[in-house]
Amino acid sequence: MIKVDQLRISFGTHEVVRGVSFDVPRGGSFGIVGESGSGKSTVLRAMAGLNEDWSGRIAFDGNSAPLKRPPVFFRQVQMVFQDPFGSLHPRQTVDRILSELLLVHTLPDIEKRIKQALSDVALPQTVRFRYPHQLSGGQRQRVAIARALIAEPQILLLDEPTSALDVSVQAEILNLLADLRQARNLTYVLVSHNLAVIAHLCPQLGVMLNGEMVEQLSTDDLRAGRTKHAHTADLRTLSINLEEPA
Amino acid sequence: MLVDIKNLRIAFETRTSRFEAVRGVSMQLGTEKLGIVGESGSGKSLTARALMKLLPNNAKIEADTLSFDGIDILGASERGMRQIRGKRAGFILQDPKYSLNPVKTVGSQIAESWRTHKKGSRKEAAEAAIELLDQVMIRNPRKVAAAYPNEISGGMGQRVMIAMMLAPDPELLIADEPTSALDATVQAEILRLIDDLVSRRGMGLILISHDLPLVSHFCDRVAVMYSGRVVEELKASELVKAQHPYTKGLLNCMPSLMHPKERLPVLNRDAAWLNP
Amino acid sequence: MIQTSFRNWALDETPASRSQANWGRRYRIWLSLKSNPLAMIGLGIILLFALLSLFAPLIAPYDPSLQNLGNRLARPSAGHWFGTDELGRDILSRILFGGRVTLGMVVSVVAVVAPIGLAVGCVAGYMGGVVDSALMRITDVFLAFPRLILALAFVAALKPGVESAILAIALTAWPPYARLARAETMTIRNTDYVAAYRLTGASRWRIMLRHIAPLCVPSLIVRTTLDMSSIIITAASLGFLGMGAQAPSPEWGAMIATAKRFIFEQWWVATIPGIAIFMVSLAFNFLGDGLRDVLDPKQN
Repeated sequence: MIKVDQLRISFGTHEVVRGVSFDVPRGGSFGIVGESGSGKSTVLRAMAGLNEDWSGRIAFDGNSAPLKRPPVFFRQVQMVFQDPFGSLHPRQTVDRILSELLLVHTLPDIEKRIKQALSDVALPQTVRFRYPHQLSGGQRQRVAIARALIAEPQILLLDEPTSALDVSVQAEILNLLADLRQARNLTYVLVSHNLAVIAHLCPQLGVMLNGEMVEQLSTDDLRAGRTKHAHTADLRTLSINLEEPA
Repeated sequence: MLVDIKNLRIAFETRTSRFEAVRGVSMQLGTEKLGIVGESGSGKSLTARALMKLLPNNAKIEADTLSFDGIDILGASERGMRQIRGKRAGFILQDPKYSLNPVKTVGSQIAESWRTHKKGSRKEAAEAAIELLDQVMIRNPRKVAAAYPNEISGGMGQRVMIAMMLAPDPELLIADEPTSALDATVQAEILRLIDDLVSRRGMGLILISHDLPLVSHFCDRVAVMYSGRVVEELKASELVKAQHPYTKGLLNCMPSLMHPKERLPVLNRDAAWLNP
Repeated sequence: MIQTSFRNWALDETPASRSQANWGRRYRIWLSLKSNPLAMIGLGIILLFALLSLFAPLIAPYDPSLQNLGNRLARPSAGHWFGTDELGRDILSRILFGGRVTLGMVVSVVAVVAPIGLAVGCVAGYMGGVVDSALMRITDVFLAFPRLILALAFVAALKPGVESAILAIALTAWPPYARLARAETMTIRNTDYVAAYRLTGASRWRIMLRHIAPLCVPSLIVRTTLDMSSIIITAASLGFLGMGAQAPSPEWGAMIATAKRFIFEQWWVATIPGIAIFMVSLAFNFLGDGLRDVLDPKQN
């Protein structure tokens, strides 16, 4: 479903992603873990079409994506951002935020789709005409997910979707993402610095370090400690040490 | 007793409504490490800020006792508070980016903090700054001292903040989510550093966080706050024996690498938790 | 009754329609503006002057151009509250009618300047690159001239009069608006919510017009109200120098200009329009300060 081959991204003369390749099957879920500055979010933004300074190949469903994406591309691929406080327009109601994609693509039944989108992410219809600042962090992230899903895309790119949320809200959002994927056969690429979050949602993951994907392995191998690269082993040890209460 | 809080209440008043954000919190702290854990809006940061009188103007504080080393905070003047803040109690905030002055070198900021409280020559201050940077495990303190805040990483910035707070030899360190803007590996290093420095210098520590298992590694005691109250206070080593369903819920709802769960258990908030 | 039900409807935490949500936001802004006494004083003065100017033909006791040479430079009295000028015209009437000219000029200037500044600033800020450089260098050229001098030169090149004064002031007033809108746009364009709108496949123009420009408007409104006083003063200065509204027209600045000869003997002739300019300028400044507190996007 997704094929990324030898992806290179530079900011000016500084190359931040240096030849990253991975595949994700239809309905699959691929995690990218790494520290800040490892280039993991940059990969995701290039896949979404937010960055046009890349080389290599990014293909969705067998079709290579051009540098500048045609509007129809965004009905197939959508993205959810890290910070639910920053990813919703501060002066627009939830209704307006959700309707934008439908208006751009002149899709029918806007009314019905918005109601459906809200109920899909388990938000009450009463939030429809509220402003983002009147919602809690978890509710905002649900709105962001509803916005991404409103035109029924097949691929969802998730950039640290829970790292700005409280742990209890994180659990709800992760469950929601898991349910949605199953119900709609969505394909996910999830970027996070939290190994436990990746392991929870993705059976397959890649570890990024300094712009390179130094290792790809299955979550089962990760759990069992069958790691090849030292950085993966470090991240694993750390995650295990910190997740158990003292 | 370094910190003594009894029945602390903080309310915000607007034209039409009154909202109690902290509703009767009591806690005590000696030279030990206390973690305050809770969700956003639980009142954990407000409690710590009340102790330094760093609250917005529309906040109303009431308490039976609110004292720092025997000094009554509620009655203290702004001038009296300045003697405590920074000097006897350091405050480390979430994002060092916003706490450091972008147009001054790191070293000069630490030196300035040292001089305000210690009264020494410029040269002594500069030496002290480098010594402090060394203490927070910065490998090349002289180079970092000459750098500007935008030239250093987030983890380094947080180390610098810690060095700055340590300059006047405070008795108490309050760290409000000191690592949530940092990577997992750096996070652990910074917390270990704080832990180590606090133990070595015999200071008190209040560590505020939303991550319960994480905090438990670096504290002696943990107070769990929910909706403006402390619902449970227990030894960090006895976290697994937590009684309150909220504490248990917080522990269970985390995804785990080693113990995969099909679905994450979700907190079912019981209205009874609000009024124990 | 209607008032309370509007209040409850607008402040409803869960609005049921788009318009209710919009009115709710506006009503909240109004409520917080209302709690600022200085801003309300400013707003009151502005409304008062606007109404007085609007209804000048009904209120004014005399025809503003009616000369009575037998009663020249009369002191303020029951018959002429603010006295008369050098041609025996009633100053009160001239102030009322002059408000139409002066305030009319100010409103026209703002109506021209704000949209141009917004458009130039948004396009430059969002497009970046060559477009940005080109637009901003043009802006710099206009910024480099002292405001009054450029306006003077422009009016002199056309023919002196209200219309050319409006054009001239507009020409000199837009660059700061463009700069402001550009700065706002540059911070907004890198936010995640703009990225999210780019992911709808919307065109750049659509994103600028629907999502970025509305966010620049509050700071432009604030800037406008704070700028009003300087526009009034520029208009008055042009009038004073004989480059604005022409002689019989009761423009406030022109009134002061003609009165300068008697400023020591018949103080009221120059002082009354001066007070009018001062009051309106101050009122706009008060309102601007209040609006800045209320509309600042960083606050909510």
